[in-house]
Amino acid sequence: MRILLVEDDRDAAGYISRAFVEAGHNLTHAADGETGKHLAESEEFDIFILDRMLPKLDGLSLLKQVREAGNNTPALILSALGEVDDRVEGLRSGGDDYLTKPYAFSELLARVEVLGRRAGNAEAETTLKVGDLELDRLSHTVHRAGEKILLQPREFRLLAYLMQNADRVVTRTMLLEKVWDYHFDPQTNVVDVHISRLRGKIDKDFETQMLQTVRGAGYKLASSGGD
Amino acid sequence: MLARIRSLLRVTAVRLSIIYTIIFGLLAVGIVAYMTGATVNVLRSQFEESINQEIVGLSRIYRNSGLRSLIGVLERRSRRPGANLYVVTNPSGEIIAGNVPRLEPGIMNRTGWSRRSFRYSRYGDGSDGNHRAVARVLEVPSGIRILVGRDIGELEEFREVVGRAFKLAIGTMLALGILTWFFVGRRALKRIDQVSKSSVRIMGGDRSERLPVSGTGDEFDRLSENLNHMLDRINRLDDGLKQMSDNIAHDLKTPITRLRNKADNALTLTDNPEAQADALEEIISDCDQIVKTFDALLMISRVESGSQVARMGEVDIHELLTDVFELYEAAAEEQGIDLKLEAGKLGRIIRGNRELLSQALSNLIDNALKYAIVSDQSATITLATEQRDSGLGIIVSDNGPGITAEDRTRATERFVRLDKSRNKAGNGLGLSLVKAVAELHNGNLFLEDNNPGLKVVLLVDREEAMANG
Repeated sequence: MRILLVEDDRDAAGYISRAFVEAGHNLTHAADGETGKHLAESEEFDIFILDRMLPKLDGLSLLKQVREAGNNTPALILSALGEVDDRVEGLRSGGDDYLTKPYAFSELLARVEVLGRRAGNAEAETTLKVGDLELDRLSHTVHRAGEKILLQPREFRLLAYLMQNADRVVTRTMLLEKVWDYHFDPQTNVVDVHISRLRGKIDKDFETQMLQTVRGAGYKLASSGGD
Repeated sequence: MLARIRSLLRVTAVRLSIIYTIIFGLLAVGIVAYMTGATVNVLRSQFEESINQEIVGLSRIYRNSGLRSLIGVLERRSRRPGANLYVVTNPSGEIIAGNVPRLEPGIMNRTGWSRRSFRYSRYGDGSDGNHRAVARVLEVPSGIRILVGRDIGELEEFREVVGRAFKLAIGTMLALGILTWFFVGRRALKRIDQVSKSSVRIMGGDRSERLPVSGTGDEFDRLSENLNHMLDRINRLDDGLKQMSDNIAHDLKTPITRLRNKADNALTLTDNPEAQADALEEIISDCDQIVKTFDALLMISRVESGSQVARMGEVDIHELLTDVFELYEAAAEEQGIDLKLEAGKLGRIIRGNRELLSQALSNLIDNALKYAIVSDQSATITLATEQRDSGLGIIVSDNGPGITAEDRTRATERFVRLDKSRNKAGNGLGLSLVKAVAELHNGNLFLEDNNPGLKVVLLVDREEAMANG
């Protein structure tokens, strides 16, 4: 994936660059807003990662200008400002996701991969299919290998989100944000319990365990088991 | 002394009383002048009326009965007490009858009303023309002139009495005014001086100093009391801040020291990459914990300063509770705790912030899950709402060991953890945030006895709440 990182903190930029390259991505770095904007306008990227506070042109203004020019490349905003207000403002400026510093790289990687490979508009598709698992949003039904699986409404949304992002790591925070619309971390491991219940329903009677735990990062719904 | 007077003049009360005295004085002068003038005019016109009648009568007597009987009538009338002035002159101007021996010269030459008052003498007076009068002169055929007049001494006296009384009154008023200004102003100055002295001491660092309150409940007292309350609050905040920075120092120093030791240890694990990776992961999770503590602190101060108010929207309490309940139900069950949602009259929409209320509720449930379990009984956590006089209560109650009455107030303070050993996860900020969220919603946080267990009431103010249909 071609990533444009606009970040003025050299240490952070260097660390992020190395980590993304190690994860198999192609990263271009700009140290200030104007260079970033120039790059965003002249080259093709799959995703922008923008710091909010940048010299010359701040991240939100950069994004607004790029969006006004008709560029809809997904953008993730990095910020030291973590309040809900700030997040709302970030998303309103055309951001697709918002991550507060400091963050674990695994969190950033998971979010970037989910955002950058947002193939078409999976959220609008009425049926999702991953491996032998099928989900129908209209009839609210889930089948695995033809067998009907009964899910609670929230489990249904959880599974739908996992299926949209099949084969990608999704973190607990991402699930809390997207499935429950909460932007805080409960101390209790609530998400883990929901995942294990869901796993009990979709994987229990099957050989292949689709819903996998990725250590230190989150979960992944794998289309083919075992990898 | 001059400086003292100048500073007196700067006191608003003194200035106002001076202005009022001047305005009042001018008004009084005006009213008194008008009243005396009007009274004098009324009296004068009465004089004139009676003189007119008399002179017409006298001239009739002269025409009908001749000079002799006129003189006879005048003699009789002159002897009455308080009689008018009468003069009869012959064509050569000599006084031939009447009760006035001498007049200002020229008065008899003009007929009709005397234009102004004139001097005259009385019999047996000795003194010389020191009485004043107004009169009307009438000429009858054959050149005889009759004057009927009236002494205006009474009028003059009346004017004088009023004038004297007036001067006295103005004098007294000025004297009283000056005295009042002096005392009021001096008192005000004294109070202000006391307040400034106290303020200087407070600014100098004496935090226990308070502004003087005289106990009369006047405006100075009210001001001082309010300022004193403000100082108390500032002191409390200041103490809180000190307490908190001590706590921050302590609470962050411990994990950072631990972190440092772990890093040190990780360095020595070069020949065991797996153990090293584990150690590093542990270090990262410790760092995350520290960052979380900072985030929580920032969040609390943001909420306390009310900067989130802008995003207040409509929150359906039923939905709020159901969502959080649904998020936690499975986790509670996993721990063997029965989480219940008591759906009573939940259909309420309040003005609030869903995210913050959810987080507050989540903190309360986290706490309950952590502390509610007692080994030999089945633990239950109940979410409910309760309409109270002071607002809508969102309730999280458990049947665990609870908190003793004396610990309850302390429990909501920052960094306070009642669990002395601190062996449960947490940063001691959970309830502080809940309290801040409650206050943001014009409410409060109460910890109550659930007999057994703890009942936490997150109160949302009634005025903020509106009935839903």
